Amino acid sequence: MNAQWSTVQLTVNGLRHTVQAPPMKRLLDVLREDLRLTGVKEGCGEGECGSCSVLMNGELVNSCLVPVLQAAGATIQTVEGLAPQGELSLLQKAFLECGGAQCGICTPGMLMAATQLLERTPNPTINEIREGLAGNLCRCTGFIRIFESVVAAAATKAAAVRKEESHAR
Amino acid sequence: MRGNARSHEMVAPGDLAGVLELLAAEPNAWTPIAGGTELMVAYAAGRLNAKKLVSLWGIPELRFIEWNEESVSIGAATTFRDLRAAARIAVEFPLLAQSAGWIGSIANQSRATLGGNLANGSPAADSSPVLLAYDAEVETISARGRRRFPYSAFHTGYKRNVLAPDELLFALHLPRRFAGHQQYLRKVGTRRAMAISKVALVVTALIEANRVQEIRIAAASLAAFPTRLTATESALTGNLLDAAVIACAQAALLKEAQPIDDIRSTAEYRRKVAANLLGECLQQFAAGSGTR
Amino acid sequence: MRANATTRVVGTPVPRKEGAEKLHGRARYVDDIEREGMWYGTTVRSTIPRGLIRSIAFDESFDWREFVVVTAKDIPGKNHIQLIIADQPCLADTQVNHCDEAIVLLAHPDKHKLRAAAAAVEIDYEPLPAVLSIEESELRDVIVWGENNVFKSFLLQKGNVDEVWDQAAHIVEGEYRTGAQEHLYIENNGVIAEYSHEEGVTVWGSLQCPFYVHRSLLAVFALREDKVRVIQTETGGAFGGKEDFPSILASHAALLALKSGHVVKMVFDRMEDLAATPKRHPSRIRHRTAVDEDGKLLAIEIDLGTDGGAYSTLSSTVLSRATLHACGPYVCPNVRIRSHAWATNTVPYGAFRGFGAPQSIFAVERHMDEIAARLGMDPVELRRRNFLREGDTTATEQLMREPVMMNDLMDRILEESSFYARKMRFAQENPTSAVKRGIGIAAFFHGAGFTGSGERYLNSLAGIDVTADGQVRVLVSSTEFGQGTNTILPQIAAEALLVEYADVGMAPADTRVVPNSGPTVASRTAMVVGRLVERASLQLVGMLRSEGLLAAEYSRDEFFAACERYRVLKGELVSLCRYEAPPNVFWDDQEYRGEAYPAFAWSIHVAQVAVDMTTYSTEVEEYWAIQEVGRVLNPVLAGGQIEGGVAQGVGYALYEKVLLENGRMANNQMTNYIMPTAADVPAIHVYFAEQPFAYGGYGAKGIGELPHDGPAPAILNAIRNATGLACNAIPLLPEDMLAKLSEVAAMQKDVIR
Repeated sequence: MNAQWSTVQLTVNGLRHTVQAPPMKRLLDVLREDLRLTGVKEGCGEGECGSCSVLMNGELVNSCLVPVLQAAGATIQTVEGLAPQGELSLLQKAFLECGGAQCGICTPGMLMAATQLLERTPNPTINEIREGLAGNLCRCTGFIRIFESVVAAAATKAAAVRKEESHAR
Repeated sequence: MRGNARSHEMVAPGDLAGVLELLAAEPNAWTPIAGGTELMVAYAAGRLNAKKLVSLWGIPELRFIEWNEESVSIGAATTFRDLRAAARIAVEFPLLAQSAGWIGSIANQSRATLGGNLANGSPAADSSPVLLAYDAEVETISARGRRRFPYSAFHTGYKRNVLAPDELLFALHLPRRFAGHQQYLRKVGTRRAMAISKVALVVTALIEANRVQEIRIAAASLAAFPTRLTATESALTGNLLDAAVIACAQAALLKEAQPIDDIRSTAEYRRKVAANLLGECLQQFAAGSGTR
Repeated sequence: MRANATTRVVGTPVPRKEGAEKLHGRARYVDDIEREGMWYGTTVRSTIPRGLIRSIAFDESFDWREFVVVTAKDIPGKNHIQLIIADQPCLADTQVNHCDEAIVLLAHPDKHKLRAAAAAVEIDYEPLPAVLSIEESELRDVIVWGENNVFKSFLLQKGNVDEVWDQAAHIVEGEYRTGAQEHLYIENNGVIAEYSHEEGVTVWGSLQCPFYVHRSLLAVFALREDKVRVIQTETGGAFGGKEDFPSILASHAALLALKSGHVVKMVFDRMEDLAATPKRHPSRIRHRTAVDEDGKLLAIEIDLGTDGGAYSTLSSTVLSRATLHACGPYVCPNVRIRSHAWATNTVPYGAFRGFGAPQSIFAVERHMDEIAARLGMDPVELRRRNFLREGDTTATEQLMREPVMMNDLMDRILEESSFYARKMRFAQENPTSAVKRGIGIAAFFHGAGFTGSGERYLNSLAGIDVTADGQVRVLVSSTEFGQGTNTILPQIAAEALLVEYADVGMAPADTRVVPNSGPTVASRTAMVVGRLVERASLQLVGMLRSEGLLAAEYSRDEFFAACERYRVLKGELVSLCRYEAPPNVFWDDQEYRGEAYPAFAWSIHVAQVAVDMTTYSTEVEEYWAIQEVGRVLNPVLAGGQIEGGVAQGVGYALYEKVLLENGRMANNQMTNYIMPTAADVPAIHVYFAEQPFAYGGYGAKGIGELPHDGPAPAILNAIRNATGLACNAIPLLPEDMLAKLSEVAAMQKDVIR
């Protein structure tokens, strides 16, 4: 370890990690290399494509633009943390059914953006979906089936919530 | 990815005093980095010359929105997401709330800061014209004390500003006097989202009985740094908003604007579109339909 | 018979076979793979467009001890990339012919050290005059390739155009230009290479055509076929951009692996990928058309030029497809097309979805609207009067032996888009609106599979096997890169074998494991390879039956029991089939005449645009696409192909510009090479029609490239409807619209004077 390196603690997908790295090392590279979470992708390195997006303290960020020192103490969620091992989350199931993933390289980032969108706006309009996903570039789908996937996930969630509420009564 | 993490040092004192102490002890040695949405892009392109960085991220003293009777004070490390989420900003300073949504994408907005946008000083900066139109004041801070002056005096040239080597942007103060003003903003980029400005126009005006009492016109990418178009303002102040005056103002803008050709657009396009935007703005004001 | 029967698996929206891994983030793309002791490679590239390499020097003050350096001298076999011809060097030796041409390769165990090392390589050039456009190339003041700067030319003739001009009621001329376009797959190019004496060269990578790379490596390394192995990793988008380029990158990484004795990974960052890899051929297409009073096409004369870049690579076949689509889906008795692919000193242009057809369809479909305008005729009606019908022949005298549905497709899409109602409404609203709306159409066809004798030449082999643990595997070299290969081929096999979709998987895309079913290009996978998989599946059932192991009717469990018994008897159960050309498909390469393609897909697109006269920018507000594709194997995947292709076509028309400065891409970052975002794409309505093709997998014809042919002309025709402006060059940026308006205003001033 280099004297100029930092010791950074992060909680990623619920697990605590201590990482030794140059403070300027990108959070993207720490996740992929140090923590072997290769679900986080690098498409451009300039914060334009969103394939590196993760949730940091509940906020969507492009991990290629975050020096790891600035993630010290943060709670991070990546695509690997969206569902327990072997299961697909409600959102992931919607993507599978609706054709929201083709080549799959934008998919992890897209799922993180959609996750935040649905957390903040459980029943988004098409324009809210467009805006929420505008920072995630997809070259394969033309976005149409990604929109449908988000709408389907929102509807499924809403139905599940109504069902729970009616049970509770 | 052309940056080498090992070639850079970064420290995070964690509080404002610590940062100022460092800047005072080694002026010109340390480059502040807030949300990183500008510096990390340069880094990845292999173009970050700053080898020593001091982090402003996570310093609560720099990230606030405080309402006083006469003004609102916005900390320099306030993110654009903070601005968009602040309901009172949307009500009283709608142009600021809207322009905050122009910045990059949702993921960029959660990291990009108002201070970073200004300190970077791009002539295409999204928040600068808004601050000019809202007559903002800048407050800077250093170990030596604080300064306060109009934002219009902040930029002095292409990516040059008046910050001393040991100084940080501390806050922006916006006077709460625009509730009765007509307001307009429009950004023209390469696409609807994630677009650097080709040109933008931001205008606040106090119009009474169709006569312009006061008008502030600011633009992006019409000069080497964000400025108001004062000659264009003069063509309007005191006049009735009729077709002749509007045409005259557009002519004034065509002369006053000094855009350039660059990788994103042409001088001719920027100039012509800016004049069109001004026309659109003034038509809206004349019809009383500018945002209020 | 089977074309009309209802199917169980084919035609249903089964989920993507590898979808779960992709959604979990567990799919492994090449940069996700780490190997013990792996080194990293980088490339030192030319900074000038053309010149002699006088010397290559290594800065003495730099510590080179830990580095491995490769130049052309280290190439064991031939210093060329074997494609159609072999004019492109693997590494530049004495001369460079384009900016960013590869000259020196470096490898080191620490990837962070590579950039400084590359900067310490000093290359001294003697610059030579460079040719940077079609115009400069055809002047022939400077010859930069062959004898005359022409990679390839074609002359396509039918009837005699020269006898028509004097008698025609109208002659309409036009010139149309298309710019370069970057694929912008979200996963950059990358490979990992390993060399050992026992195994030879092994390469893993993001690629479309494992056997193309295999063949290329054989030449570079002078190795036997069994000493080269190519394995495709999960590929994050390709669109043609990973058809031939991976052969170059694989050779480079393998050369470093050979010299260093280590596994070497080379993955591009976005800036390098944008600057140094192939893009769509720019084109300049001139039309001269004779029509009679009723708008019937009498003669079509076309001069078609493409910019091929510095080496021939795929320019001859792109030119061929462009030529063969240049007349559009129309019948015309007299045709003359002269086409040329020109050499320039730019990064060689290559394959990109459509492969020459988007360029020529842009030209002919814009031109049809100009003809309509000249005649004062409805552009829809003009097209209807000229559509190919059953019994007509194309420009190459290919007889349409089956019904052509174009008029039906037109009826349907006009209705779905409320075409005339919108057109009328816009005409009423536009005069008092700062935003002008318009609606436009494009009608086109797209030949499926390789042109002419191409499929015979490929001689594809494909099939299935059944493993010891009762899994059916599809054995093809066709790869998945988002378009659905891994799903539709198992669907076909499951259908034919009468088993479940879940019972069938794909064998790994590994040249050691699978036969060569040809490249994954040319919209041939569903049609050609799908048909081979279908035949091989039926053949396998036949094999089981002929051993008395399977009855005429059987259940899924009985099928697998029979397979098990067969394997006990014979050791393995494999069924492969070779390509058989459909009857009546004969192509004369010399005369450039005959059946150009075994089948065509047919399509009509409608675009609604809003042109903002304050900012001169155009947005596509809504879009409709109808296509007849033989058979829709999977409606979700097929719909996704159309939507994705339309989005790329929207980018091609309005957003995506490659800015070259002295032959170098100046806007090689995602911040300034602009593709449409989720906020920019229109609502896209997709409709399918099916007229099964007897020789395609369950009747399927190609679908992947078709949708990219329509948007540019439909959009620019809509702009013409909205504004009256005849814009004939793409990408049409707002700055170009402003320039066009200024030009028109200036011309009107001249007229008044």
